[in-house]
Amino acid sequence: MEVLKYKARGIRKAIVEMIHSAGSGHPGGALSCADVMAALYFCYMRHRPDDPTWTDRDRFVLCKGHAAPVLYATLALAGYFPYEELLTLRKFGSRLQGHPDMKRTPGLDASTGSIGQGLSIACGLALGAKLQGKQWRVFALLGDGDLDEGQTWEAAMFASHYRLYNLVAIIDRNGLQVDGPTEKVMSLEPVCRKWAAFGWRVMEIDGNKMEEVVEALEWAVGGSCGRRTSRPSCIVARTIKGKGVSIMEGNPDFHGRAPSQEEYEIAMRELGTG
Amino acid sequence: MRMVSTRDIYGDTLVELGMLRDDLVVLDADVSKATRSAVFAKRFPGRFFNAGVAEQNLVGVAAGLALSGLLPYASTFAVFMAGRAFEQIRNTVAYARVNVKLVGTHGGITVGADGASHQSVEDLALMRSLPGMVVLVPSDANQARQAVFKAAAWSGPVYIRLGRAPTPLIYPCDCSFEIGRANVLREGRDVSLMASGCMLHTALEAADALSREGIGAEVIDVPTLKPLDSSTIAMSARKTRAVVTVEEHSVIGGLGAAVSEFLISSNPVPLVRVGLPDAFGQSGEPEELMDFYGLSTKHVVMAAKKALNLRDRRTSSAFHDCLC
Repeated sequence: MEVLKYKARGIRKAIVEMIHSAGSGHPGGALSCADVMAALYFCYMRHRPDDPTWTDRDRFVLCKGHAAPVLYATLALAGYFPYEELLTLRKFGSRLQGHPDMKRTPGLDASTGSIGQGLSIACGLALGAKLQGKQWRVFALLGDGDLDEGQTWEAAMFASHYRLYNLVAIIDRNGLQVDGPTEKVMSLEPVCRKWAAFGWRVMEIDGNKMEEVVEALEWAVGGSCGRRTSRPSCIVARTIKGKGVSIMEGNPDFHGRAPSQEEYEIAMRELGTG
Repeated sequence: MRMVSTRDIYGDTLVELGMLRDDLVVLDADVSKATRSAVFAKRFPGRFFNAGVAEQNLVGVAAGLALSGLLPYASTFAVFMAGRAFEQIRNTVAYARVNVKLVGTHGGITVGADGASHQSVEDLALMRSLPGMVVLVPSDANQARQAVFKAAAWSGPVYIRLGRAPTPLIYPCDCSFEIGRANVLREGRDVSLMASGCMLHTALEAADALSREGIGAEVIDVPTLKPLDSSTIAMSARKTRAVVTVEEHSVIGGLGAAVSEFLISSNPVPLVRVGLPDAFGQSGEPEELMDFYGLSTKHVVMAAKKALNLRDRRTSSAFHDCLC
């Protein structure tokens, strides 16, 4: 547990560093899901950083592609590519594009970035595993914005209709979207009841508490790979946008802008040097 | 002459392909009876997936299946495939070069009675604009069968446009078809008629009519809109120096555009485009609509004469320039 918390802090530091270096990007929604990413890549997912295309690996789809820095940071810490490469984020010729490009970055299972398209890809991957008798599972990380898109609900229907028990959707429910609080821009609640009504198993947690994240993934993975259920699982992870950096926490301003030098120094101080 | 629509061959071809390849999976968006993918569904129910009326998800799921190692063919009406799911095709499929085969049936105005909402006259423009997308417009049912087969062997996204209305069989069942290759069906010295889809038959009829007036028309079938067979097109344009493109699509962005864009910077010659004017279709019988929108044999004949006129005017003015 302490290791996972330490990894999450490392991911957060890398996020702030790389976005500061890039001069643009989306820190808020990357910081909010660092705990989930740490638990996935350093505990629950079966993957081989030295063999990124290993056939039997678990698949991960970052539906909220604008949170690419959290994925790159996680992959670098897991050993998919050198940590220093994170500083090339968004730069010309970099393997780390502004939004995930599976053709360039090792360890990516899908190219995403256009909100609302990821869960459909995850459904296809999960259905493909079922058809081929494969044991790998599919994890999809969605943001609030993904729930605005109609396609996400098309995919939600598809997943339960085709009994994709090997699919886990995690909603990074940080409550803020580009133009402000979700309930002001476009009401999403009651989120849990919506997923349940679409035929999913649902569990709601504090997505910034590692203990709860671990418990939820245990519940999702146990229920799916053990085939105790035929239904897909949805974890609604209540999180704080910008989590870990006081000036970014709950601040919609940091949805899509890089920290200034001064803000960067505050952030790094808060995240610790260790 | 035997009449078969290009969509009619689709289901049977999928069954043939499904027997050869057990990685083939087929998806549809609640129009499987109309696209004929239902024929495959009946034969291989475990490998057919209906997405319901949800084209965006249809394309995304197909991409996921391809990324899992399978060979998905997804079909729906062309207007909803290329139109409604355009951005999904762009960002999820084409950008990552995912090996998905997209089949848009009911292309063009020969859809008939359903009217403009269901008549796709811009799908080829949309698909052609995507980097790496292969765009196929088979000219008869036998060629459509070959196209469906060849798409399976092609690594990367392919869009195949099929039609609803029965059209004459031009090719034999075992015709050869290569992605990226145009076929010279008839040689001629005076004017080149370059056609795709059901308009190939119209172009052949026009060539007959022109020959009765002593005009030798070369007829070229261009079933691959992208990648374009530029060498065959250039060779014919250099020979006749007058080109007519003939397609059941808007004159914006389709075959006429592709051939013009290529020739203008390589072998500029007078070129007349036969296709839908910049307008939506309407309900009616296919023949009525083709006549109303200027896609009948007589329109191709007129276009050929116009191209010849433009060429000869240009030649005589060049001659005049020389004299001065």
